[in-house]
Amino acid sequence: MKVVLKNLTKKFPTGNRKRREEFVAVDHLNFEIPDGKLVGLLGPSGCGKSTTLNMICGLETPTEGQVFFGENDVTNLAAEHRGVGMVFQNYALYPHLTVLQNILFPLQNLKGDKKLSRQEMLSRAQEAAKLVQISELMDRKPAELSGGQQQRVAIARALVKMPHVLLLDEPLSNLDARLRLQTREEIRRIQRETGITTVFVTHDQEEAMSISDCIVVMKSGVAQQIGRPQDVYDQPRNLFVAKFLGTPPINVFEGEVKGGKLWIGQESVLETPGVAEGPVWVGIRPEGFLLDENGPLTCNLSAVEVMGRDKSVVSTHPASVNATIRSIIDSENQVDTGKKTVRFRLRPRKVFLFHKETEARVY
Amino acid sequence: MDRNNWKGWLYLLPAFIFLGVFMIYPLVDVFVYSFEEGYNSASQSFFGTGWYNYSYVLHDPYFLQALKNTLIMVAVTVPLSTGLALLIALGLSSIKALRNLYQTVYFLPYVTNTLAVGLVFMILFKKTAYSDGLINLLIALFGAGPIDFIDGPYAAKMFVMCFYIIWVVLPFKILILTSALAGVREDYYRAARVDGTSRARIFTRITLPMISPTVFYLVITGFIGAFKCYSDAVALFGTDLNAAGMNTIVGYVYDMLYGDSGGYPSYASAAAILLFAIVLTITCINLMVSKKHVHY
Amino acid sequence: MKKQQDFAALQRQTRARKRARNIVVYALLTLWGVVVLFPFYWMILTSVKSYGAYNSEYIPKFFTLSPTLQNYVDAFTTVSLGRYLLNTLIFTVATTGIMLVVITLAAYAFAKLRFKGKNLVFTLFLSLMMIPNELVVITNFVTVTNLDLRNTFLGLILPSVTSVFYIYLLKENFAQVPDTLYYAAKVDGTSDLKYLTKVMIPICRPTMVTIVILKVIECWNSYVWPRLITDNPAYYLVSNGIQEIRENGFGRENIPAMMAAVVVISLPLIVLFLIFRKKVMAGVSRGGTKG
Repeated sequence: MKVVLKNLTKKFPTGNRKRREEFVAVDHLNFEIPDGKLVGLLGPSGCGKSTTLNMICGLETPTEGQVFFGENDVTNLAAEHRGVGMVFQNYALYPHLTVLQNILFPLQNLKGDKKLSRQEMLSRAQEAAKLVQISELMDRKPAELSGGQQQRVAIARALVKMPHVLLLDEPLSNLDARLRLQTREEIRRIQRETGITTVFVTHDQEEAMSISDCIVVMKSGVAQQIGRPQDVYDQPRNLFVAKFLGTPPINVFEGEVKGGKLWIGQESVLETPGVAEGPVWVGIRPEGFLLDENGPLTCNLSAVEVMGRDKSVVSTHPASVNATIRSIIDSENQVDTGKKTVRFRLRPRKVFLFHKETEARVY
Repeated sequence: MDRNNWKGWLYLLPAFIFLGVFMIYPLVDVFVYSFEEGYNSASQSFFGTGWYNYSYVLHDPYFLQALKNTLIMVAVTVPLSTGLALLIALGLSSIKALRNLYQTVYFLPYVTNTLAVGLVFMILFKKTAYSDGLINLLIALFGAGPIDFIDGPYAAKMFVMCFYIIWVVLPFKILILTSALAGVREDYYRAARVDGTSRARIFTRITLPMISPTVFYLVITGFIGAFKCYSDAVALFGTDLNAAGMNTIVGYVYDMLYGDSGGYPSYASAAAILLFAIVLTITCINLMVSKKHVHY
Repeated sequence: MKKQQDFAALQRQTRARKRARNIVVYALLTLWGVVVLFPFYWMILTSVKSYGAYNSEYIPKFFTLSPTLQNYVDAFTTVSLGRYLLNTLIFTVATTGIMLVVITLAAYAFAKLRFKGKNLVFTLFLSLMMIPNELVVITNFVTVTNLDLRNTFLGLILPSVTSVFYIYLLKENFAQVPDTLYYAAKVDGTSDLKYLTKVMIPICRPTMVTIVILKVIECWNSYVWPRLITDNPAYYLVSNGIQEIRENGFGRENIPAMMAAVVVISLPLIVLFLIFRKKVMAGVSRGGTKG
């Protein structure tokens, strides 16, 4: 089912009795999640992504704006009537019930004409368990399961009632690094198999980029950019998005546009036709650096880290905002570590310019 | 380390002296007393040893009356107070406005003197020559005749007694249950809401299992406490509880020890040991039941 | 899929049900609040009614238009209420004070000092927690009588200056203080006693406060032991005093004066509670029982 958010806003009262203040957690959010897609809500902690998820779920009521499921306005509808499945950050598995009883729990709540027979419930639970591959764990209690297994049970419990929308709140944050990789592929597979529109929240950009059909980057309650992961990475709309996506993170320099050229320090590094003159922030992706003995950008070499597939050159530059510049180059390139400096040419497609004040992208 | 050896014992010394004199020695002594037949506290002599004291106590109509009273009080007040406390705690945790005010008010009985407030209860319930008392006034609204709750029929006295006990023990139970309810993670309720769980089902399938250890703790301590009822009875019916027919086992022990009918530490000891045996048995049964039903 | 109208109806229904439930909850909570508060109201009300007015009311009135403080004067002059209050104060302060010293030393020994047989002793200690007071009171009564300590403060105080439970509570808290602090203090040449008073006690103050609160409540309300051990009104505590007043104080029927005494006796703890509300409730839920 398609999910549409229109001007969605949530304000929380803060302060005390004498001074009433408001904290805007989500600010006029607009976006549409096409049917059957996997969408990642991405942002640093406190950016309003969890609040947004809770409003889609129905656990929070928006201060303003609307939520549509398909053509239906569900803004004020209670969570239980929306037909959503939710996986909580710490799974919220009932510790006194077995895995099977946990999965059956939502089905046993159904009333009236939706009520299922015991046999149907069991077969639905088995089906969900099979989907997440926990069929052999049905009689265990949550405390006897590993983190990854608990995660699967939580997903099975959310899926068993065949929700229109599946919501996942930081689904991977409680798992260790190896399980995280495995589980995120698992989530992707389950989502593909079921075709349920899925929204998940994460602060980990790699996680969001790797499995989402579409990501929404949020900051202070405002959506910064919405789009396919690759598009957002290649065409960041502002400095925040550029800095938030990508590992190693983007390198930021202070620069200036003069006479159709970009200047970093005393060096003219790139032709930038059609960009208004003046000081800018320059963002260069690590893969945007090419070793070139006659390249325009000269950096002070600090170290070269060999990573097998490629090499990471660590250097410094007076105009750099970050303490070090990290560039990724092909492992076949040789860097003379005896030298004090290293010179680069830049790949124009990996260089972004941002307005000095508004931080919006200008090139 | 060796240097510290004597130091550790030195620090423990005061506690040891007090516990030895006022707890361990008496504990042994109470058994000795209970088997010394015909002990005379004035001459500190006795005739022989045996089970006579127990037999005397078990055949004493006052003890049987006290036993019956205590059992009724336990059977009425433990389930009622626990249930009521649970109901109130649930109500408290479902509201936001005025919650602190309600909590504070409900806790007041805990910090009041049982005997002092018992006197107020007595006045509210008592029928005198001058006035039928306030409670009778209320009962009259429903067309029932005045009842003397303090000097009247047994059932009426037992009613006031149980009512007062519940009034006194409720603050503690409400407090403990409210914090137990607050300890249940919000996520469980949110998950249940998303799944459209009805309130009744949330209560029976999630809340109750989650707080079951606390509930059992309250039941167990409630049993122990109710078996030791005494000052509540004194507050309502005065010190001569045998005459009022409202004595409790603990009251019987003290009456045997001291007061108008006192001077029989042997009988008192036997009765105290009987009480201890009953409480121990019931606590063991409680623990066995709770092992089966508590989920952690 | 349901239609838009169904959703609107559902929303209305949910909201109406929520409001109805709220009304019921508040009504029931208020009802119990009245049950709890009414005795307090009645005791204050009665205490300011004049003797004549009270006895002429066949049907008790819920208010009075001519409040009087005469009953309070009577409460302090006709019976020795002041004496009872003072006795209780002495008893409470002395018992709590001595107990704190005794249990702090014991808890410290169990938590931090190393000596042979500690674990065995501690286990025996814990098993003492199961001993009900009723069982030992008999011999204690005889002991105190034989020591000729009846009708003395010493006889009142001594049996209740240790509590296995409080030692346990405090020991648990002491044990949480990291040992490295102890070693650091040792390296600096701090004596055990100084370490206890300058480091451990300040760190564990919340638990000590809890214990003091619980003990003060217990002392102020204690009835059984004082009743056994005192028959001279000069040593009565408030509980015994109230019983004495009730049985032959003002003449049985001077209820307003009795209520004035009850108010005076109840007030100190209630005021203390209202001031330290959070601490008292937290303390009781950590380690209190009653009834």
